[in-house]
Amino acid sequence: MKKRILAFVLALCMVFALAACGPKTENNDNQNNNSNTTDEKVVKIGIFEPASGDNGAGGKQEALGAQYANTVQPTVEIGGETYKVELVPADNQSSNDKAPSAAQTLISAGVSVVLGSYGSGVSIAASDIFGDAGVPAIGVSCTNPQVTAGNSHYFRICFLDPFQGTVLANFAKENFSATKAYCLAKLGDDYSVGLCNYFMQAFGEENCVYETFPEGTSDYSAYVTNAKNNGCDVFFAPVSTEAAALIIDQAVAQDLGMPILAGDTWDSNVITAAAQGKSNVQIYVTTFYQEGGNAEFDEGFKAYLNSDSTAMANNGGNDMIAATSAMGYDAYFVALEALKAAGSTDPAAVMAALPSVTYEGVSGAIAFDDVNGDAIRDAAYVKVCNTETGTWDFVSVQGID
Amino acid sequence: MEFFHTNLPHLLSGISVGGQYALIAIGYTMVYGILRLINFAHGDVFMVAGLMMVYLSAALPLYITIPLVVLLTALLGFTIEKVAYKPLRNSPRMSVMISAIGVSYLLQNLALYITGGLNQNYPAIPWISDTVTIFGAVTKRVTIITPFLTIALVVALVMFINHTKTGMAMRAVAKDFETSQLMGIKINHIISMTFVVGSLLAGIGSLLYFSNYPGVTPTVGAMPGLKAFVAAVFGGIGSIPGAVIGAFIIGICENIIKGAGLTTFSDAFTFVLLIIILVAKPTGLFGEKATDKV
Amino acid sequence: MENTNTKRTVLVTTVCLLVLFALVIALEQMIAPTSKWAMLLTVIKKGSVYALVAVSMNLLNGFTGLFSLGQAGFMLLGAYTYAIFTIPVENRTAVYQYFDGGIIQFCLPWIIALLLAGVVAAFFAYLIGLPVLRLKSDYLAIATLGFAEIIRAICQWDKLGPITNGSNVLKSYTRFNSFKIDLGGTTISLATLAPVAIAAVCILVIVLLINSSYGRAFKAIRDDEIAAEAMGINLFKHKQLAFCTSSFFAGIGGAMLAMFAGTVQATQFKSAMTYEFLLIVVIGGMGSITGSTLASFLFIAASEWWLRGLDMGKFLGIEAPDIFRNGFRLVVFSVIIMIFVLFFRKGIMGTKELPDLFKRRKKAEKEAAE
Repeated sequence: MKKRILAFVLALCMVFALAACGPKTENNDNQNNNSNTTDEKVVKIGIFEPASGDNGAGGKQEALGAQYANTVQPTVEIGGETYKVELVPADNQSSNDKAPSAAQTLISAGVSVVLGSYGSGVSIAASDIFGDAGVPAIGVSCTNPQVTAGNSHYFRICFLDPFQGTVLANFAKENFSATKAYCLAKLGDDYSVGLCNYFMQAFGEENCVYETFPEGTSDYSAYVTNAKNNGCDVFFAPVSTEAAALIIDQAVAQDLGMPILAGDTWDSNVITAAAQGKSNVQIYVTTFYQEGGNAEFDEGFKAYLNSDSTAMANNGGNDMIAATSAMGYDAYFVALEALKAAGSTDPAAVMAALPSVTYEGVSGAIAFDDVNGDAIRDAAYVKVCNTETGTWDFVSVQGID
Repeated sequence: MEFFHTNLPHLLSGISVGGQYALIAIGYTMVYGILRLINFAHGDVFMVAGLMMVYLSAALPLYITIPLVVLLTALLGFTIEKVAYKPLRNSPRMSVMISAIGVSYLLQNLALYITGGLNQNYPAIPWISDTVTIFGAVTKRVTIITPFLTIALVVALVMFINHTKTGMAMRAVAKDFETSQLMGIKINHIISMTFVVGSLLAGIGSLLYFSNYPGVTPTVGAMPGLKAFVAAVFGGIGSIPGAVIGAFIIGICENIIKGAGLTTFSDAFTFVLLIIILVAKPTGLFGEKATDKV
Repeated sequence: MENTNTKRTVLVTTVCLLVLFALVIALEQMIAPTSKWAMLLTVIKKGSVYALVAVSMNLLNGFTGLFSLGQAGFMLLGAYTYAIFTIPVENRTAVYQYFDGGIIQFCLPWIIALLLAGVVAAFFAYLIGLPVLRLKSDYLAIATLGFAEIIRAICQWDKLGPITNGSNVLKSYTRFNSFKIDLGGTTISLATLAPVAIAAVCILVIVLLINSSYGRAFKAIRDDEIAAEAMGINLFKHKQLAFCTSSFFAGIGGAMLAMFAGTVQATQFKSAMTYEFLLIVVIGGMGSITGSTLASFLFIAASEWWLRGLDMGKFLGIEAPDIFRNGFRLVVFSVIIMIFVLFFRKGIMGTKELPDLFKRRKKAEKEAAE
C-alpha cells in the first residue's frame, strides 16, 4: 500500500515537474524574444533538416550552408526596417513519422518560411503541416516530384528526379556504351526507388536488373555478386551515404569491374573517404554544384568551417564543400529575397511573393516555374571520384536534349 | 562449373555471415538455457563492441585495441546482467524481458547520442581485411577465416562446458535452477560467467562482422541479433552445436535467396522460418524436450 | 441497488465524455496553429492515437497475459487499408505515380474505411493466431515480432505496388485536419476532437469487454492457465478472441496514425514502434486502462514537446549545447524507462483504475467520519 502511494506520488511529482518545466522554458524564450524585439526586430527561418538517422550527414551539410549564409548576411531589410534573421532548426530524424511534429515545432516557433529538407520522404510527410498553417517551404535538395506536385506552398530550388534519372541514363549510354544496368534501391525509401524508376524508364526497363535491399542491411556482397553475374555494364545505386560506404567497400573487395553511378546524395565526403586509395572503383555522380564554381563562396565557406570546430565536425571532419551546402546557402538567400519582396514577415505574404522571386545563386540562376513551384533547371554537374586524392573531379555539365 | 562459378560468392558470404551469426547465437542460447530469457540487448552489445573498436582504435594501436574491445564487451555483458536482470530474478519472466528491451533501447539511444546518428567507419585490420582470390571469386580474407575461427571457438567452448567444473555447474544450472542452488552451486556466479562468455563471443563476432561490412550505426545490431536468435531457436535453444548449425543454415539460405533475386524477402525469410519451426518442431533440431514451450 | 449503480456509472461516463469533448472543441478554437501552444493540440491528437493502441496492447499483455509484440504489424495493416481506400480517385494517378494510378479505382467514406482497417487487422490476427497462439510467453513474443516484419516486407514488395504503392508514400487521403463543420459562415475545426472521440469510443468498448464475462475469463487465463482451463474456460477460443480484438483496435489505431501523419509508409512501422507501446504499457501499469491512457499522453508530451529542449541545447533555462545535443532526449527517456522497469515495476497505476483511487478516498473519509 505504502509503496503504491509512493509510486503514485512520485509519478505525480514527475508529471508536475514536467508540466512545470514545459511552459517555463517557453517563458524564457518569450523573455528572450521580448528583449530582442526591443533592440531589433527578428524574423525566423525554419531549418527543417535531419540531424540524425540515415540522412543525418547530408542534412547537417545542407543546414551548414544556410548557417554560413546567416553569418554572411545576418540581417534583412523588410518594408524599410532592418530585421535580424534567426535560424530555427528542427530535426526530422530522417523519419517520416517524426517529420510532422518537427514541422509543428517550427510553426509553433513562429517561422516565416522553412528551408528543407534533405530527403524527399520527410518533406512530403511534413508538407501538409506547412500547408495547413500557411507557411511556405523551400525544398533545398529534395528531388522527388511529389514534394511540390499538387500544392502551392512547397517550392524547390533543385532539379527533379525525372531529369536526374534521364541525365544519368544518357551518361551511362554515351560514356560507357552501357547496354545493361544494375539498379539498387533501398526498400521503403522514396528517393532511391523513385530515382531508379526514372533511370530505368530512360535506360529501357528491359535492360535493367532492379533489386532492393531491406533497411538495416550491412551485407551488400550478394548485390555486388548479382550485378557481376548478370553481366551488367553500370551499377546504379542512388542510396543513402550510409549504405554507399558499405557498397563501395564490397565493390572493392569483390573487384566489381564496372562504374558505379549515383545521384546527388553521393556527392559527399563520406563517399570520397570510402573510395580513397581504392584503385579499382570508378564512381560518377550528378550534382548541383561543383567546387570551384564560385571562388568567393568556396573561400568563405572553407574559412567558416575552419574557424568553427562544430561546423567542421558537422561537415564530416574536413573542409570539402558538398553541393548540398551550396544549395542550402542559395536557399537562404532565396528566402531573404522572398522576405524582401513580401515586405512583411507574414508567412502568407512570403508565400505570395515566392513564385516571382529570382536569384542568381552560386549553383546557378534560380527561378520558379508556374506549375508546381519547381526551379527551372536544365543542367546537372557530373563528377567523378578521384580515388588517389579522395576528391571530386569535374567531368561535364549534362542536360537533356 | 558455370553454376558453381556464379554461386560461389553467395555461398562464401553465406558461410561467413553464418559464422558471425553463430558467435552471436551462442550468447542467446546459453543465456536462454540458464535464465529462460531472450536477451534482447545481446544484438546491441554486439553493436557497442563495434563502436568501441571505432573509438579506441583512433587512440590506441590495434594489438592493444582488439583484446581490449573483447574484454570490455565481456564487462558490458556482465554489467548489464548485474544491473538490469539480477534485481528482477524473482519477478515474472515478462518483466525481465521488458527490462531486456529497455536495455536495448538505452544502448541504441546512447549510441545515437555519441555518434550523432552518423555511420562510423570501422577501422581496417591489416591482413584480415585484405582481398584474396579463391577459385576465381574475389573476397576479403576475413570471409575465409570466419568459419574456421568460429568452429575453433565452438570446440573450445564445448570443451570448457564439458570438462571444467564451471562448465559442469553451468549445465547443472541450466538443467534445474533450484536444485543446483541446493547443491551448493553459486548461481549468481554461474549466471555472470554465462553472460561474460556470451558477450566475449559477441565481441569476437563483431570484429569479424565489421571487418567484413565496415559501417557501424546505432541500429546495426538489431537485425543480426534477431537472426542469431532465430538461429538459436532453429538449432534447439539451449544447445550450442544446434545454434551454430542453425546459424550457418540461416546465413547460407539468406544469401542464396538474395542470389535468386528475391532480395525484398531476405529478412522476412528468416522470420517465416522461425514461425514454421516454432509451430512444427518447437524444440528445434537438437533441443531438449521441454514442456513449458507449448 | 445494482441497477441504480450501473445507471449512475453510465450517466457519469456520458457526462464526463461530453465535458471532455466540449473542452477539446473549445481548446481547438482557442489555440491558433502558429501559437506556442499549438504543440498541445498535436500532443492531444497523437496522444489519443497512442492511448488507443496502448490500451489494445494492454488488453493482450496486461489482461490476458499473452506477450505479443506484433502491434506494429497490425497497425501497418490498418494504416494501409485506411489509406488505400480513402485516396480520392482523382488523386490516385499522382500518388501511384509509378504504377499508373494503381488498380483500386474507388474511394470509401472514411468511417467505413476506418472500420475496414480494424477488420483487416483482426482477420490477419485470426489467421496468424491459429498456429501462433499455441506458443507461450517469449516464443509468442518473438513469433508475433517476426510476423510484423514479414508483413512489412510484403507491403513494400514492388509486385504489390498497384495496391500498396510499393515503397512509396501513400498520401492525400482524409486526414484529421480535413474534419471541420460549417456553422453559418464560421468553420469549426474538429481536427482534435476526431481522434479524441474515436479513441474514447474504442477504449470504452474495450472497457466494456474487460468488465464482461469474457474479460473475467481473460484475467483468469492470465492468472493461471491451468486453473482457468479446469474451470471450463476454452483457452484457445478466449486467447483468439483477445488477440483479434486487440488487433482490431490496433488496426484502427494504425488508421488513426495515418490520419494524424498525413502520409503512410511501411518503414515507419518498425519493431521499435512496438517497443514504444510496450514501454508505455509498462509505465502506465500492466492491467490498467487509465494507466495506459495517462502514460500515452505523458510519453507523447514528453517526447514531442517538453523534452525537446534536451536536443536543442537549452533545457530548463540551462544552456549547454555540448551536452544537450541531438539524441540526449532519447537517452534521458530510456533512463527514465529503465528506472520504471527496475524500481516501479507496477507502473503509475499498477492494476488500479483512476475511479478506484477516488472510491478508496471516499471510503476512507466515510470511515473517518464514523
